[in-house]
Amino acid sequence: MGSGADLAIEVAQLHKCYGDLEAVAGIDLTVASGEVVAVLGPNGAGKTTTVEILEGLRTRTSGEVKVLGADPAEATAAWRERIGVVLQGASHEGDFTAAEIVTMWSAYYRSPRPTAEVLEWVGLADAAGTRTRRLSGGQKQRLAVALALVGDPELVFLDEPTTGFDPAARREAWHTIESLPELGVTVLLTTHYMEEADHLADRIVVISQGRVVADGTAAELAAQAALGVRIGWDAAELSPSGLSEGLRAMLTGGTEPASPAGPAPGQAGGQTHELVTSDVGGAVRELLQAADAAGTPLHSLSIQPPTLEDTYLALTGDDS
Amino acid sequence: MSTVRQLRSEVSFNLLGFRRSPAATFFTVVLPLIFLVIFTSIFGNEIMGSTGARVATVYVPGILALAVVSANFMNAAIITVIKRENGVLKAMRATPLPPRVYVAGQIGVSLVLTAVMTVLVVGIGRLAYGVEIQVAALPSLAITLVLGAAAFSALGLAVTCICPSEQAAPALTNMCVLPLYFISDVFIPAGNTPDWMTAIADVFPIKHLAVALGRTFDPFVEGVPMPGWHWLVMAAWGAAGALAAARWFRWTPRT
Repeated sequence: MGSGADLAIEVAQLHKCYGDLEAVAGIDLTVASGEVVAVLGPNGAGKTTTVEILEGLRTRTSGEVKVLGADPAEATAAWRERIGVVLQGASHEGDFTAAEIVTMWSAYYRSPRPTAEVLEWVGLADAAGTRTRRLSGGQKQRLAVALALVGDPELVFLDEPTTGFDPAARREAWHTIESLPELGVTVLLTTHYMEEADHLADRIVVISQGRVVADGTAAELAAQAALGVRIGWDAAELSPSGLSEGLRAMLTGGTEPASPAGPAPGQAGGQTHELVTSDVGGAVRELLQAADAAGTPLHSLSIQPPTLEDTYLALTGDDS
Repeated sequence: MSTVRQLRSEVSFNLLGFRRSPAATFFTVVLPLIFLVIFTSIFGNEIMGSTGARVATVYVPGILALAVVSANFMNAAIITVIKRENGVLKAMRATPLPPRVYVAGQIGVSLVLTAVMTVLVVGIGRLAYGVEIQVAALPSLAITLVLGAAAFSALGLAVTCICPSEQAAPALTNMCVLPLYFISDVFIPAGNTPDWMTAIADVFPIKHLAVALGRTFDPFVEGVPMPGWHWLVMAAWGAAGALAAARWFRWTPRT
C-alpha cells in the first residue's frame, strides 16, 4: 500500500470467513479525505461485515486495512476519537430525551461539540426535549447521526442509514447526510438502494458476494454495465416480420397485454414488441422506415434508457 | 482525569434512566419495602425474650439482602441485556469510552442504589419497628454491603452471557434468585428449612449475604461481628462472576 497521506481509508484484499462461508472475498477499496463513498450491494453481499471491520468492531481473516492511517484491529481510544459510527438499527434508551442522550455520549470524547450545536446540525433542535421513544424513524436516525458527530470526527460510517424508512423519513435522513461534507467529514455509507448511492455519494463501490464488481460514479457504472436502451412499440402498429435480420435479433420477446380487460379498440391483443440496442439512432431510423413502408404512424414508439436500478441489477447479477 | 469525568457522567445518566423506569424503580425500591411491611405485619413485632430486640430484627437484614440482590444482580443484568439487544453496547464500543468505565459505571449505580436501600430499610426498621443496630457492628455492615454489591453486580454481568434476549432477562434473573430467597433466610427465618434445602442454600451466595447481614443486626453478638466465612463465600462467587463476565461478555446483540 502507498503512503496515502490524503487517503482516509485504504483496503487491500480484505477477506472475512465465518466457518466455511467467505462473507468478504478480497475487497479493495480506497476513500480519499473529504470524499463521500457509498458501498452498494444486495443483502448478504458483505457490506456490513466490511464496514464493521473498518470500524474496528470486527476482526478480519486476512488483508490490509488502514483507516485514518491506523489498523482498526488495533484501535486505540485516540483513533476512536476521530471516527463516528452509525450502526444499523441501534435504538437508544427511550426514557432519555434527545439532548440527554447526546450529552451522555459527549462525555465519551475528549473535545466534544456542544449538544445544542450537534442537534441543530442534524435538524433536531426542536426535538431536543423529546423522549427518544416518541421520535419518528427519521428523527431517530438523525439522533444516531448526532451521536456519531458529537466527538467531532474526521470520518463517519453510516451502515444502511435509511433501510426500512418511508419516503419522507428517507428524504429527511438524506438531507442530514448530504450536509456532512460541509462539516469537513469524510463519509463511507452502505446501502442497497442505487438511488440513494447516486443521490448521496461522489463515488459508488458496488459489491456482490463479497467482491467489488464496479467502482465509479453512477454514469461510469452505467457505462460499465453496458446496458442497451429499450425501444418498444405496439404490436398492432408494426409487425417485426418486416424488419431487418439485425433488428430482429435484438428483440426481447415483448410483453403480454398490460390490462387484463382485453385489447383496446383497434389493437391486436395489446401486445408490445421490444428490442434492446446500444445504437438507438440506427434502430429508430430503421423502425420509422419500416413504419413508413407499412403505412403506420408508429405513435406507440417508446425509448427507455437503462434506469439506475437496471444498472445495479446488471452489476450485481441479481436480475431474478 | 477524563476517566473520572466519564464515570461521573455514566453513573448520573444511568441513575436518571433508573428513576425514569417505573419497572426498575418498583422492583428495586418499592417491592422490598412492601415485603418488609407485609412480613412484620403477618408475623408481629413482639419483643423476643429479655434482650429487648424485636421480631423485625430478623426481617430487616433479610429484606436488606433482598434489596442488595435486586439493586445489583437484577438491575445490572436486565439493564445490560436491554442495552446489548438494542445495539447500544455495540455503538458504545465504537466510541473512545474504555469498556472498564462502562462496567465501573454499572457498579457505581449499584453502589448508589445499595446505599439508598440501606438507608430506607434500616431507617424504616428503626423508626417503624424499633430495630436497633449497634455502633460496633457498623463497619461489618458496611463491608458486607460493599462486598455484596460488588459480588452480585459481577454475577449480574455474568448472567447476561447466557441471556438470549431482552424478553428473557427478567425471567432468567428471577429464576436464579426467587427459589433461593425462600431457603436463604430472606423471606423465612433460619431454623424453618429442612436440612437438605439448607445444604443447597449454603452453596449459593444469597444465604451468605443474608446471614452476614443478620449477624450485624443480631443483638446477641458481643462486640464486632465478623462473619468472615460468609464474606469469603460471597467474594468467591463475585470473583467467579467477574471471571465469567470477562471471558464471555458480549457487546453485540444476540437477536
